[in-house]
Amino acid sequence: MTSLIETENIGKTYGSVIALSEVSTVVNAGEVTCVLGDNGAGKSTLIKILAGVHQHDQGSFRVEGEEIKFSSPREALDHGIATVYQDLAVVPLMSVWRNFFLGSEPTTRFGFLDSKKGKAVTKKALSDMGIDLRDVEQPVGTLSGGERQCVAIARAVHFGAKVLILDEPTAALGVKQAGVVLKYVAQARDRGLGVVLITHNPHHAYPVGNRFLLLKRGRALGSYEKSEIDINELTRQMAGGAELEALEHELRGVEA
Amino acid sequence: MTVTATAPPAADERLGKPRAMDQLIKRPEIGAMLGALLVFLFFSVVTEQFLSVGGAATWLDDASMLGIMAVAVAMLMIGGEFDLSAGVMTASTALVTALLATQLGLNVWLALLVSLAFALGVGALNGWLVMRTGLPSFIVTLGSFLALQGLNLGVTRLVTGSVQVSGMREAAGYESAGFLFASTFQIGGTSFYVSIIWWVLFTVVASTVLMRTRFGNWIFAIGGAAQSSRAVGVPVVRSKILLFMTTAFAAWLVGSINILRYASVQANQGIGLEFQYIIAAVIGGCLLTGGFGSAVGAAIGALIFGMARQGIVYAGWNSDWFQLFLGVMLLAAVLVNNMLRRRAERVRR
Repeated sequence: MTSLIETENIGKTYGSVIALSEVSTVVNAGEVTCVLGDNGAGKSTLIKILAGVHQHDQGSFRVEGEEIKFSSPREALDHGIATVYQDLAVVPLMSVWRNFFLGSEPTTRFGFLDSKKGKAVTKKALSDMGIDLRDVEQPVGTLSGGERQCVAIARAVHFGAKVLILDEPTAALGVKQAGVVLKYVAQARDRGLGVVLITHNPHHAYPVGNRFLLLKRGRALGSYEKSEIDINELTRQMAGGAELEALEHELRGVEA
Repeated sequence: MTVTATAPPAADERLGKPRAMDQLIKRPEIGAMLGALLVFLFFSVVTEQFLSVGGAATWLDDASMLGIMAVAVAMLMIGGEFDLSAGVMTASTALVTALLATQLGLNVWLALLVSLAFALGVGALNGWLVMRTGLPSFIVTLGSFLALQGLNLGVTRLVTGSVQVSGMREAAGYESAGFLFASTFQIGGTSFYVSIIWWVLFTVVASTVLMRTRFGNWIFAIGGAAQSSRAVGVPVVRSKILLFMTTAFAAWLVGSINILRYASVQANQGIGLEFQYIIAAVIGGCLLTGGFGSAVGAAIGALIFGMARQGIVYAGWNSDWFQLFLGVMLLAAVLVNNMLRRRAERVRR
């Protein structure tokens, strides 16, 4: 089976700044590939290449086995790669169903909005994902942060995304809300989508992830299958491994 | 957000039967409706002519000219932009029509067509400049407002030697064009201007577009969150330019009604009206920040204007008081809308 997305030694430079260098990973259908790293590690650059916002200038990027270089987010979308950004997921003042269909509104034969169908489909698509909303007519702004992410995820799934890229979906959320969002990430995975989950929290990544790509200063610090690594090791590597231990020693020294 | 009479297919058991009051409160135009009712009752009691058929014909006409523009401006505001050149545009379009018909001897219909092309061009330029530069439309259209104001006076004086263009009545096609834009019709022995019909028609079309079409959905989206809209494939630039052109179209309509009704036009007309349009739209429930509002609300906002302006005349007060009324009305509207909107969001939780 060919992978949905495969990158091999991919790299990107902005002028003289090397933002990303020699990063290799795969995204398979029905699996979650987690990209972990601290601020400035190159996570954003990597997903922007995958989402078609930027173009890579080294290495190879294949979508379903085909070598590709997207020129726009729209082109990535046409290849079934949908991205849900943390901050620009939805329009707060608009109702849930109008948000859900924004850009792909259903119309009747006369060209008018088919609000009845829109509401029914939204309700069904959301409940298929296990998202249970009382009223799809309420403004999205009245939903919690987690629910908003969920609506955006459900929208991507409904409109036929094969790969779902989630940019820090749990970053601004409380513990419980983050759990809810992760549940829907798992839902999307179980429906056969390939998911790329960007996060800096190993505790969010580990339960749902199949594969972990650790980035640091634009380079891959390591790439592990779930069987190869446990949560403690993942956390340790994330936090800078040896550096953290050294820091710990130092702090102990202060106490003593 | 839609006005549908049908119940949703599968009602959720957690939703109680929606109370009529709550349903009403969700509408953005509810504050304006209450205000209009209040003003109507007030002047009906205080003055005698206000409630008469003749009185109604007068304040409806006053409201209609403002209303056509207020509705277009409301759509633009929902889309997240302002147009300060809208007031002066009503004079510019009338001047173009009048100059072409009286100075070049063009048929009025042809003059109207050229004037329409001019209006749409200015609207498109406004929109293009705003989108291209990324500057606030407030500044860009302030520029076009001043530029048009200068052009209106400068060109008129250059061509006619005065600041007024008159003599439309002699132009070919004046009668037939006048029938479409400036005739009257009889109800109960009283003449009503046809502009009232244009106003109602424009409001109905605008409201239908806003609530029932894809483009309407995009207008709310680009006003609410342009970046998010772009990310899901909404053509933000094209939509906003179209909205600026809609405002310009409305200005052409009002300008045409004016020139064909009075057969002359002052070059300094229309200045200051742009704020009245915005005020009417805000009274009608539009948010200054975009993404929320209603065409019907703006039409009602204009109705309040018309009723108050004429009501004050009927009551025999000095028209100076109108400005005071305007200020108080605007503040009240913003406060009430703010409160109702918060309440609406609570209701939906």
